[in-house]
Amino acid sequence: MPSVMPPLSEILVAVLLLASGGVVLVAALGLWRLPDFFLRMHAPALASTLAAWIVTLASIVHFSARGASLALHVWLIIIVLSITAPITTIVLARAALFRRRQAGDPLPAPLRRQA
Amino acid sequence: MSDVLSLAITVTLILYAVAMGIGMARLFRGPSAQDRVLAMDFIYVVGMLVMLVLAIRYDSEMYFEGALLMVLFGFVGSVAMAKFLLRGEVI
Repeated sequence: MPSVMPPLSEILVAVLLLASGGVVLVAALGLWRLPDFFLRMHAPALASTLAAWIVTLASIVHFSARGASLALHVWLIIIVLSITAPITTIVLARAALFRRRQAGDPLPAPLRRQA
Repeated sequence: MSDVLSLAITVTLILYAVAMGIGMARLFRGPSAQDRVLAMDFIYVVGMLVMLVLAIRYDSEMYFEGALLMVLFGFVGSVAMAKFLLRGEVI
């Protein structure tokens, strides 16, 4: 039966999963290609924000369609990630600044107010 | 589960595996220690996404607890390693 359409929710889940795979691949390429550590720090944030949100949405759609009720408990992962990811980033950036200052390597320019 | 969804899940897992391979390359190559910590954190996040996709693949809610634990342990590990880089001591 080649002409049977799968349910709409499965198509939606498939599209969301493929999009998250693309976003994660872009994040990995950024982690590999960008030239400096402080530039490289930006890339994995794609995986922990946008890709995680898309996969969470896909799994909410899938389990809601399966169980015929709203399955929202996956949001807990998003909440925990959105609390922990900035803390990791800030601590790691401060550690990198400290180590560069200790080693005497060139630092990124300080932020200054537009005059 | 339809063919469309199972094909999409396979392709997504392959993309995740490629991303984890690139992260692993950065982990081994990374010129400084903080690059390695960053790659480790990225691999943890992608592993968590793999757990969520496997939850859809096997239609089981048991994977959510694993994914949540993976987020928490990745956070603790990354912060501990970054703190170690800061002063050479964890606490």
